[in-house]
Amino acid sequence: MSGFHVVVLVKPVPDPGCYDRVEIDPATGVLARQGMPSVINPSDRHALEEALVLQERHGGRVTLVSMTPESSAETLREALAMGGDEAVILSDRAFAGSDSLATSRVLAAGIAKVAPFDLVLAGNESADGGTVHVPSQVGELLGVAHLANVLRLEVDPDGSVRARTRIENGYVEVVGALPMVLGVRREINTPRYTSLMGVMASQGKPIRVFGAEELGVDRSGVGMEGSNMRPGKLSRPSFRRKGERVKGDTDEAVARIVGILRAEGVLG
Amino acid sequence: MTGVPGRKGAIWIVAEQAAGKLAPVSLEILGQALRMGREAGGCEVAAVLIGKDTGGLAEELALFGADKVFLVDDPRFSPYQNDTHGAVLAKLVAREDPEVVLFGASACGEELAPTVAARLDTGLGAHCTNLDLKADGLLRMGVLGFGGRVHTEMFCPARRPQMASVKPGMFQPPPRAERKGTVVREDAAALLEGERIRLRAVKVVRVEPVGVPLEGAEVVVAGGFGIGGKEPWALLEDLARELSGAVGCTRPALDEGWPPGEHTMIGTSGKTVRPKVYLGFGISGSPHHTVGIKDAGVIVSVNSDPRAPVFESSDYCVVSDFRKIVPALIREIRKVKGGGLREPSPA
Repeated sequence: MSGFHVVVLVKPVPDPGCYDRVEIDPATGVLARQGMPSVINPSDRHALEEALVLQERHGGRVTLVSMTPESSAETLREALAMGGDEAVILSDRAFAGSDSLATSRVLAAGIAKVAPFDLVLAGNESADGGTVHVPSQVGELLGVAHLANVLRLEVDPDGSVRARTRIENGYVEVVGALPMVLGVRREINTPRYTSLMGVMASQGKPIRVFGAEELGVDRSGVGMEGSNMRPGKLSRPSFRRKGERVKGDTDEAVARIVGILRAEGVLG
Repeated sequence: MTGVPGRKGAIWIVAEQAAGKLAPVSLEILGQALRMGREAGGCEVAAVLIGKDTGGLAEELALFGADKVFLVDDPRFSPYQNDTHGAVLAKLVAREDPEVVLFGASACGEELAPTVAARLDTGLGAHCTNLDLKADGLLRMGVLGFGGRVHTEMFCPARRPQMASVKPGMFQPPPRAERKGTVVREDAAALLEGERIRLRAVKVVRVEPVGVPLEGAEVVVAGGFGIGGKEPWALLEDLARELSGAVGCTRPALDEGWPPGEHTMIGTSGKTVRPKVYLGFGISGSPHHTVGIKDAGVIVSVNSDPRAPVFESSDYCVVSDFRKIVPALIREIRKVKGGGLREPSPA
């Protein structure tokens, strides 16, 4: 076997460094994210890194698949500068408003389009939504084994897999065989820096775009219409408290804190 | 699956166990299921427990108020993996047709819940921080996005069951019930029939963290990026020890490797705490962290930057250097304790 075909799911997200600027439009109740630059979802970079390590070890191909508007092609190009052979954008107006399961349907159709595949790697969660649903749901829809919370991965040339997944205060070692869909956590590796060579190479890498028609997805199962989950009201959670300034020097401040501890019954 | 909103179906919780004990989040979601069931005028609350030699834990769930406990007990269910658990759960839910199914958003729940939702083609709310059942039978699921900055209500209007994974620490466990529920033993072999088992968990490693656990601590001493190093971090450990409290941290502090581990992280991707007193040092106050302390009794923050956002979400704000405050505070606490004013704590 000459290596594996690894598909990496990549999502352009609004830059998490700008989430302080997220506002809710009071008139429409809709999220306003203007002026927020788009970046590759941070945990997807770890998925891509893991794919590149496998490619270096075993050969084979790496394909990036992303459900995102065509306008995000530049963000995909940035991912290709890190590595990978080609990218596929799944873009259609019909996909707008998809919940995690509807999104997974589109992604599964995109993966089928670039099949055969051996392994699908995804970031465990997206920075904006953070459901951790997509790896499991894509696995279910493709009918292959899947794991989330992957901390460590070994794939042998014969396709046997040993993965370590996180549990509370520990980990589990799981064995299985390709094909598989895995959601990786950021502890798994340190993504490489993009080199100038990588940037130059990315210019020549193909980015194909597929819509609902080409993917052959049933429109009743995607987008807002095809989503079982419906959003209600959006709000900004408020954690505001009285914010009383404690006056005075260190001794006075300490005396005040001791007073609070005693008043709450946790000291003295 | 019927899709009729407003019917009075059962509320289910999927229970999880670790090292022979029920996971705390399982009792928390049972508590909330019972509360919602009462408010809805008394719908049945059932628990599902899948594992090996877990009959005793099923009894425990029945004692805590589950009307019915579906017990699926078989050596093939230990250790957990999503192939077997997902298959069995999807079959049980399809057969019994509950109105609501709740999962703990633990590491296992994070993959089990979407697996079952995909198999049943129904809606799932992720890491919910609040939940209630509206009069029309719709489950209102409150979720946080964008690192805790946006709260969204989510609904699953047309498909059943309505499913949600619930962030640990959001709800109180129930008291022991007056009337014990019944345990229903399921035929594991029949439920597994025809299922392809592709994964095998070969090793489970648990490392019990040292120190006072954050959950249930009366005092939490937390540090952020402003602590600046492993050595000053030890000051926080000393202070927590003096108060028999737990040490917590923010994501940036954890990334620096100063705290002992991920089990000490507070916030959207960490733990939710509800101490009587929370003392925060060198914390800027991003919503990612503050969302995890919103239920604390009194919040005291110490930061040298008078404009630190954390002060807005604090009760008491001390603009000072923690390197001055913490050692002086430890001395004062020792004086109070040394004065014989304090009863030895029962713990």
